[in-house]
Amino acid sequence: MSNVTVRDLWMEYPNQVVLERVNLEIPSGEFCALVGPSGCGKTTFLRLLLGEERPTRGRILLDGEPLVAEPGPDRGVVFQRYSVFPHLTVLENVILGREFQQSRFLGRLFGARRRAALEEARGVLEAVGLGNHLGKYPAELSGGMQQRLAIAQALILKPKILLLDEPFGALDPGTKAQMYELLLRLWSEEKMTVFMVTHDLKEGFTLATRVLAFDKVRVDPTDPGAYGARITYDLPLTLKKAAMGALAPVG
Amino acid sequence: MRRIINRRPGRGGALFWGALPFLVACAGYGVASALRLAENPNDKLLPPLSAMVAAVARVAFTPDARTGDYLMWADTLASLHRLGLGLGVATALALVIGIGMGLIPYVRAGLSPFVAMLSMVPPMAVLPVLFIVFGLDELSKVVLIVVGVAPFLVRDLAMRTVEMPREQLIKAQTLGANTWQIVLRVVLPQMLPRLADALRLSLGPAWLFLISAEAIAATEGLGYRIFLVRRYMAMDVILPYVAWITLLAFASDLLLRWFNARCFPWLRAGKASP
Ligand SMILES: Nc1ncnc2c1ncn2[C@@H]1O[C@H](COP(=O)(O)OP(=O)(O)OP(=O)(O)O)[C@@H](O)[C@H]1O
Ligand SMILES: [Mg+2]
Repeated sequence: MSNVTVRDLWMEYPNQVVLERVNLEIPSGEFCALVGPSGCGKTTFLRLLLGEERPTRGRILLDGEPLVAEPGPDRGVVFQRYSVFPHLTVLENVILGREFQQSRFLGRLFGARRRAALEEARGVLEAVGLGNHLGKYPAELSGGMQQRLAIAQALILKPKILLLDEPFGALDPGTKAQMYELLLRLWSEEKMTVFMVTHDLKEGFTLATRVLAFDKVRVDPTDPGAYGARITYDLPLTLKKAAMGALAPVG
Repeated sequence: MRRIINRRPGRGGALFWGALPFLVACAGYGVASALRLAENPNDKLLPPLSAMVAAVARVAFTPDARTGDYLMWADTLASLHRLGLGLGVATALALVIGIGMGLIPYVRAGLSPFVAMLSMVPPMAVLPVLFIVFGLDELSKVVLIVVGVAPFLVRDLAMRTVEMPREQLIKAQTLGANTWQIVLRVVLPQMLPRLADALRLSLGPAWLFLISAEAIAATEGLGYRIFLVRRYMAMDVILPYVAWITLLAFASDLLLRWFNARCFPWLRAGKASP
């Protein structure tokens, strides 16, 4: 279960209001697409959900409990950039989550447990189409490949909430379609709640069960930072959700 | 004709251009030395190669009449021992304090003004204090190297750690890492090559501090020997010693570079090989 409730949330930086009066009620298992003009605060909103920053006013509740004010394994993330570790190979990047989880002191697995983690990682990497690049370092991958690696890395721990910041921006249409399929499959299998920032409206409507549009409703021409963005449209795509539910395996 | 910035020497060319300044310097010395000796066969300032070879044979390959040691090796061992200890302690301090300051806000708040101030203390100015506090033997020399080098290493490592993309630390937390695991698997592996680079840059200062301390108070060591034979204007010993010290420093630099290339293959990954 992972209901997300946002109550009267404000986010202000010195000289600038980024978000104002955001209210949301996201039931568990929703796939939200966040859209809006560049610089309106979508990444900021993800960072708040992640617990990396605290709202200046208002609250975020996770299943009715206040959000733990630091990032944790229940919330996976794929950033716009710098999401993968440059000093680890593709395979090592993906098993890292398991190593953190199972080896509290050394952060490293050996023997049978390492082999099991590697096996699992190979499966996930195969699914994101990186099966032939297991031994490469991130610097040797293209931008789109790095994003796919970041997705594989985030998915291995099966987080309850997945936050994606423009994950498919650098991909070609064919690979995008593959990634959509993968993401939708995992989403319906794992019953995650997904928040995905995208600039591609079509992508938003293809994937999401709900589209949230951020924008400023008030603008002070003499002081652009005076007012923040709000959620101007909150479109539930219920029909599609029903259709997806029918497609998803019973259970 | 192509622009000069686009013209590169080949393999042999690079070798030739690299060797040229060395050859010029050697030839210059040879000529100057020959000229002076022609005027005055007892000239001590620019001894000929033969004199230097003889001096090296004396200090490096014949046991000293008084102590029975091979002086040059004993000096080398003593100096390298001090240098190794000093740099080792400085490196350990840098790892613990530098990464601590870079990663943990409370450690940064507590230590960064202090370390910033400390790094401005001129090490040579506190050398008398070190001699008074730690005595005239080994310890004070090692401490001088630590005092001289550690603040730079600590501050450099702290800055490099702070510069790490925040996303990486957040990412590690979303993968469930605790602080210790983050240090061990994310920060340390990426900081070790930076530390090796910083260490390479501090080799020069470290030798400077070592030789100064040895010149003032020691009974053996490369710096001690140079300043001892200076009294007899024994250029035939001083020059080979200087060359030897240079070679040692150069070799340690090379070793650290090799260590980085060998142990951290990801550093070079993705950069087109030249
Ligand atoms: N740490 C910060 N300090 C001050 N202002 C900030 C900070 N982070 C973001 N902002 C401001 O908040 C606003 C929203 O930034 P944000 O990164 O959330 O935009 P975005 O919607 O993700 O844009 P894009 O689509 O281009 O990625 C911007 O105007 C930015 O200048
Ligand atoms: Mg953004």
